[in-house]
Parts: sequence; structure tokens; C-alpha cells
Amino acid sequence: MINRICFLSILLGLFFVSISAGLQQKKPSPVVMERGKKVYEKECLGCHQADGAGTPRMNPPLIKTKWVIGPKEQLIKVVMKGITDPLTIGDDEYYNPMPAHTYMTDQDISDVLTYVRNSFGNKASAVTVNDVKAVRAKLK
Amino acid sequence: MKRITQNILAAGIVCMIALQACAGDTAQVKNKTTLQGDNAGLKLPDGFDAIVVAENLGRARHIVVNSNGDIYVKLERLKDGKGILRLRDADGDGKAEQITAFGNYPGTGIAIKNGYLYASSNSGIYRYKLNEKNEVANVDKPENIVKDLADHGEHNAKSITLDNAGNIYVNIGAFSNACQVQNRTKGSPGQDPCPILDVAGGIWQFKADQLNQSYPQGVRYCTGIRNTVGITWNEQANELYAMQHGRDDLHRLFDSLYTEQQNAELPAEEMFLVKKGSNFGWPYCYYDQIQHKKLLGPEYGGNGKDEGRCAGFDKPIYAFPGHLAPNALLFYTGNKFPEKYKNGAFIAFHGSWNRAPEPQAGYFVVFLPFKNGLPDGTWEVFADGFAGSEQDRASGKAKYRPCGLAQGPDGSIYVSDDNAGNIWKISYKGK
Ligand code: HEC
Repeated sequence: MINRICFLSILLGLFFVSISAGLQQKKPSPVVMERGKKVYEKECLGCHQADGAGTPRMNPPLIKTKWVIGPKEQLIKVVMKGITDPLTIGDDEYYNPMPAHTYMTDQDISDVLTYVRNSFGNKASAVTVNDVKAVRAKLK
Repeated sequence: MKRITQNILAAGIVCMIALQACAGDTAQVKNKTTLQGDNAGLKLPDGFDAIVVAENLGRARHIVVNSNGDIYVKLERLKDGKGILRLRDADGDGKAEQITAFGNYPGTGIAIKNGYLYASSNSGIYRYKLNEKNEVANVDKPENIVKDLADHGEHNAKSITLDNAGNIYVNIGAFSNACQVQNRTKGSPGQDPCPILDVAGGIWQFKADQLNQSYPQGVRYCTGIRNTVGITWNEQANELYAMQHGRDDLHRLFDSLYTEQQNAELPAEEMFLVKKGSNFGWPYCYYDQIQHKKLLGPEYGGNGKDEGRCAGFDKPIYAFPGHLAPNALLFYTGNKFPEKYKNGAFIAFHGSWNRAPEPQAGYFVVFLPFKNGLPDGTWEVFADGFAGSEQDRASGKAKYRPCGLAQGPDGSIYVSDDNAGNIWKISYKGK
């Protein structure tokens, strides 16, 4: 009985939460998500793994980190320029380098980052081609 | 309205926490019983059995067992400020109930030789004298015998082993995948010659009893090695042996030359018989265990077929499938295992990550028979079950990851795991 009340109240709670979240944030279109997934598989999956959970000590997770769901500019920079100094997330250090991806097109970067920001349990605004263009111009 | 939502939610969350707490408890109890059950959760050949000597030690890397049965464990991350553990089973029930800690540096390597305990940080080597009670005499004042070795994060585990002529050998892993100008970056060319080889990408030899040595006092014993976490002196052959972690990312970096399936299997994890002056060809070459050839790396103009300059480099004495990550190598010199194991090699495979999107593999201890210092037969899985389920293995979410191996004075072997921090003891009981 208690279980059932629990269940109902959770459901009801989630319902309201999702309504209010929905008002704030549009889900990216399935077309963009599908394109982003393809880019992810080609460019990121080998290190960050299919579920975005990374691999201990080497490649960090892409799950709700401050880079993934934080400001878009910082995220775009990480992907374009890479990171070479070991980085710490929570208690865990990651020793491998994140390679630069300057060769990727603006479209591919925007698709893959929109996909990452809305997969693996993440929920954050889409990254547009213009966002990427702006960062690329600054890096040059 | 908002208020009501909040209240309903709050009630839900409280219920959820209550339910989860219970679920958590049962999971823990279950977990304990599997470890205490048959072979402590491991799958072993008939006649062998395993017990868990200690659990949750942290990042237990390499291990060594002293002649009195004390186990020393090197931690890769400090636990309460300490990086070396001594485990002692005083009451003889197989479990180490006395644990003491010392050493304020993290690292991987640990060894005992001629009355000293040796341990490595990620940039140097220390040693501790053992006293007449066979214990570390002064835990706070080790001698710093080697210092200032390259440590750039990647491949920084300084595994160590000692010979019978007063020398210590240390792996200085290459801080790179294939010595590209920009490490692991698509389109970036391979550096030729590779400058990393001046200070890393090899095994260095130092004097076991001299203080404050660094590169000028050491000898680059062999070069052209990417990273050999498992190195050991073979007493029977009186030679150095090493297990290399082969390069990553053939497919991601060169998708027109290698499929995802090829990337999962290639290149080989190579086993080396290391002679003074050996050059195994990293970063210019890698070993293809299917074509049985050292091939030119794609960063250096290779295409998955051409040997080019690689025909001239030293070959492995054995080749394992790709990315299994051999982290320890032990030659069995005891008398307690069946005859076929005598002088054969046990290898702890830490498990893969670079096989994705193909299923990950490894997370086991392998046996390779030897005769007169060379492999004599094919490898077989000796101890398995560290990963958990097959699904845990395939996804790379292994529960335990074998990292260190040691032989005990009673002829059993020990396996350490640097994920949960468990130590297993595997003995032969007969059929
Ligand atoms: C060669 C392996 C590799 C590839 C390929 C790779 N990464 Fe990374 N990534 C890393 C490593 C390693 C780090 C941590 C760097 C460090 O510690 O210096 C990292 C860090 C990050 C971070 C910041 C830390 C975090 O976890 O939030 C983000 C975001 C990220 N990568 C996204 C991506 C995306 C998106 C792609 C594909 C376009 C990608 N990476 C491709 C290895 C890789």
C-alpha cells in the first residue's frame, strides 16, 4: 500500500516537473539528435564510450559535468582545442589528453554537442552552428 | 498549486530513499556472500581455490609477498595520506586482519630483494631496509634511490623489478599514444625521430643501492617500448621480460585503413624478452598478431600491410589480442601448482577500453606455458570472473580489475585489483 502511494506520488511529481521543464527547454529535434549521435560514434565514442561514462583514470564521463552542461562557449573550446593537463572530476583524476578537433565542421560540432548535452541523462540547451562559428573566430 | 506539487514530490522522494536504503542493504549482504562463497567469485581450473585476503583497500596496484607472508601493496592513490599497505594474517585464517600503512607518495611498483623493500612513485624509486624481524625498519625514512623520471600523467606507472647483479629496472612509459606532434589527434603526423624516446618509451636500469640517481646515472636498457606495466626478472632464464600495452585508436585515427573490428583486435599486446640494447620499434611500428609481422604505423606512412623499416626491430616472443592491458607478469617458481605451471607465465590483464564500440575484453589472469625461457604452447584463461557478468565485461564496467601478481612463500599466488581494492589468494588443493 505504501509502495503504491509512493509510486503514485512520484509519478505525479515527475509529471509536474516535466511540464515545467518542458516550458523552459525545447527538446532538440530527432533529426539533429540522430546526426549528433553519428558524429559522436565517429569522433568521441572510442574514448568516452557509448554511454558517455568514460573509462576510469583515462577518459572522463560526459555526464552532467560542468563542461558538458555548463556554458556553451567553454564546451565548444574544449572540443576544438582539447585539454592536455590532467583534470579532476569529483575525486577522480583523468590522465589521458583530450585531442583537439579543429578539423571538425561547425555543423558536426554543433550536432555532436547538442547530442551530448541531451543524452546520457544530460539536459541542456542546443549548441547552434552560430555558437560554434563565434568560438572558432575567437580561437583564430 | 506549486506547494502541492512540492509536497507530493517530497513524499515521493522520502519513499524512494527509504526503499533504496533497504535495497542497498540487501545488495551489500549479497555481495559479501558471493565473495565468501566458492572461490570468492572467481572461476579457476579444477583443483584450485581462491579466498579474498582483503577488500576495499583502494587502488591496489602491484603487490609483493615477503618470506614471512606479509603482503605489501602499492596504492596509486593515497589512502589517509599513505601509499603503501602492509597486510598481515596473524591468526592464520587466510584473511589479513592487521593492516598498517606508510609512505606518502602514490605509485605502482613494489618489490623485495636482498633485505630491502623497493617502491616507486610516478617519478622515482625508494627503498626501505627490512630489520631482523623482517619488517620495514624505518617507515618514514626511505632511501630515495632514483628521482626526477618523466611523469606527464599518461603512462606514468613506474613498475620495477630487480636482477641478481645489484640492478633495478624501471618502466618509463611513453607519455603519448604514437608520438604524434599532437597526441591522439586526427591528422597530426608522427614525429620522426620521436623525441620522447630520449627520456621515456623504454626500460631504464639503475643501481639498486645508490642514492639520488636519475637519467645521467641510469642506462637506457631497452627502447622502442610504449608502456610496459608488467615487467619482471625471470630467475630461470636470468633475463628481463616485459608485457607491452600496444597503441590505441587505429580506427578512430585512420578509419580508411582499419575497421572497428580490426581496431578491437589490433595491435597485439606484445610479450618481450628484453636484452640490453633491444629496440621494439615504438612509435614507428606495431605488431599485427594475425599477419605475424611488425608493421609500419599509419602515422609513419604505414597502411596496415607494409613492414617498411619495421622488419629490423626486435620481435615479441608472444602476442596477445589487442587492448587487453597486461599490468603484471609473474613467472611461477613454486612447487605447489601442477607441473605444467612450473616456470610458466601468469599475466594479469587489466581489461580494455579502446575496443569500443566492439565489446570490451580482458579483466582476467592468463597462463602461458614456458620452456627454457620461451613460450611453449598457447595461452589460457587461468582466473576469470573479476568483471562480474559478461555484460559488465562487454561494457567495460568491470567490478574488479586485475593489476598485480605475486607469489607467496607457500607456493600460492596473489592477485590485486585496483578498482575495488581486493586481494585474492589462489592455491592448489588437488583434484
Ligand atoms: C582520444 C580520446 C578522446 C576523444 C576522441 C575525445 N575525448 Fe573528450 N576527453 C578525453 C580526455 C582524456 C579528457 C580529459 C582531458 C584531461 O584530463 O586533460 C576529455 C575531456 C572532455 C571534456 C571535459 C571533461 C568532461 O568530462 O566533461 C568534454 C566535454 C569532452 N571531452 C567531450 C568530448 C567530445 C564531445 C568528443 C567528440 C567530439 C571527445 N570529447 C572526444 C578524451 C577524448
